[in-house]
Amino acid sequence: MDFVKFFARRLGRLLLTVFIISTLVFFVVRVIPGDPALIIAGMDASPEDVQAIRVKLGTDKPLLSQYLVWLSSIARFDFGTTLISGEPVIKLIMERFPLTLTLALLGISIGIFVAVPLGVMSAVKRWSLWDYFGLVFSQLGMAIPSFWLGMLLLILFAVKIRILPLFGADTPAHFILPAVSLGFARAAIILRMARASMIEELSKEYIITARAKGLTERMVKYKHALKNGLLPVITVTGIQFGYMLGGAIIVEQVFSMPGLGRLFLFGIYQRDFTLIQGGVIFVAIIFSLVNFLADILYSIVNPKIRVE
Amino acid sequence: MMADAKELLKVENLGVCFIHGTMEAHALRGIDLSFYEKEIHGLVGESGSGKTVTSTCIMGLLPSPPGEITSGRILFENENLLELSQGQMRSYRGRKIAMVFQEPSKYLNPAFKIGEQITEMLRLHLDMNKEKARERAKELLGLVGLGKDGRVLDSYPHELSGGMKQRAMIAIAISCNPRFLIADEPTTALDVTLQLQILRLIKELKDLLGMGVLFISHDLGVVKEVADRVSVIYAGRIVESSTKGTLFDKPLHPYTKLLMLSIPDAHRRGQRLATIPGRVPDADATPSGCAFHPRCPLADDRCKSENPELRGNEDGHKVACHHAGESWNI
Repeated sequence: MDFVKFFARRLGRLLLTVFIISTLVFFVVRVIPGDPALIIAGMDASPEDVQAIRVKLGTDKPLLSQYLVWLSSIARFDFGTTLISGEPVIKLIMERFPLTLTLALLGISIGIFVAVPLGVMSAVKRWSLWDYFGLVFSQLGMAIPSFWLGMLLLILFAVKIRILPLFGADTPAHFILPAVSLGFARAAIILRMARASMIEELSKEYIITARAKGLTERMVKYKHALKNGLLPVITVTGIQFGYMLGGAIIVEQVFSMPGLGRLFLFGIYQRDFTLIQGGVIFVAIIFSLVNFLADILYSIVNPKIRVE
Repeated sequence: MMADAKELLKVENLGVCFIHGTMEAHALRGIDLSFYEKEIHGLVGESGSGKTVTSTCIMGLLPSPPGEITSGRILFENENLLELSQGQMRSYRGRKIAMVFQEPSKYLNPAFKIGEQITEMLRLHLDMNKEKARERAKELLGLVGLGKDGRVLDSYPHELSGGMKQRAMIAIAISCNPRFLIADEPTTALDVTLQLQILRLIKELKDLLGMGVLFISHDLGVVKEVADRVSVIYAGRIVESSTKGTLFDKPLHPYTKLLMLSIPDAHRRGQRLATIPGRVPDADATPSGCAFHPRCPLADDRCKSENPELRGNEDGHKVACHHAGESWNI
């Protein structure tokens, strides 16, 4: 029962977030100087042509009615058509999304499978070699920009040793280096969170109880402390995953991968405001959705959160 | 002393020191305690006097460093617990010696259901399978007054009230039929009305299971309610120890007397409650001689230089004081 209520509350929050973002995007785009009809028509167009384009875009109507039309189309996942090619924005996004999703999944997997065990071990064996390795790893991960790491990896594995392909996204092998360069930075953040949270849990009173019950140290640490210690890790991982789903502009550029990042970059170059607008909304929805799912997962692991 | 009482656990000359850099804090300075079957032994003292360190040593959970056991033995079933390895000690903890803590909301794991927190012990110590352990956990919950339907098995700690949590904590502690139970201020965090219920429960379970109980409290009033035998600890030493009746009828140590005067009493309604001036000395700065002398109304020069030994008279009433039994003008 608590769970149903919690679920409904979080779902309401998700919808509210999307609504607020749609509204913000709508008004920000309208406030920015420059009439899109003029941009499309070009400098030499006649006033009649410009007006015709306005009618086509719907920008001739009052702001309020434009806003209502906008909201209803967002609700139907209709982000309009691009100004340049006239294709539906959602179609372009959906063409690129699988690649970005794959990259994000690979990146976050590296983050989880490397960082969580390393972070937990660092906390359990504090100031040991493990811990120092973990600290160095996370410092490097946070200090090194993903694209620079990507270039170094390319030079090493695609140019010098030549065991991995250089550009493109045709085979699974193409995904290895971009995933590693994206995942490294995520791993650094997740590792720090896992370590800090485990250290905190290991100092809690229920750990004394667990020991007083005669449980083995393994059970005390990897059962009692771990289940509590992983909670903040879920939230952080969700946020990191959400970021990656918005596309990784620079890493995609370095590896010439046609993902969302490059699509949006292209939209900005072309001043294609429906594409940019649709992109922002899409990323916002995906980001909120991932956080929503992380919250739900959190509440399954920690039922206490359900009764706030 | 009860004639048929069998000695269960004995602490002899236990000394504990905490080392921080070059600073040494003598938390326990040679204490002796005897625990008998089916008997609740109350250990009373102000905070910082060494009550919890004593229980931590019996459990074999003294954090080392900084803690270090400098002397003594803890005898239980013909073994000196202090000589056991961590692995051997683990098979005693929870199985034969169990513990109930002060704040159940902190000492229960928030992420596991009560059922799991009970059955994991049964499965580990008694090799029960899942179904059997769950059946037994259900019985235990009935035993501590949490209903016979086992509804609490599937509850998380946050779904229970404070009193229910403490009952669950007790169910966990007694799950493997321990011989000896340590209750460290088990009622301090509870409402007064609940306190009495929990005290009564501990008494009942002691009789039912035949356990010996070490009941730690800073509150002599609570100890009077529950204990059969009482020891008073001050600055890491036992200053007085006796059966409850003798101790409350005829306290010999001035500290015990002062503690008793600070219990609210219906007969002295309207009068000011007595307080003991000063506070327990820090363990790294214990006064010379009798540690209580700076606060003692009877202190003289001998008390400042010579530490009185804990001596017993013929009826087993032990006291460590140069002026035992003397009175003064309050």
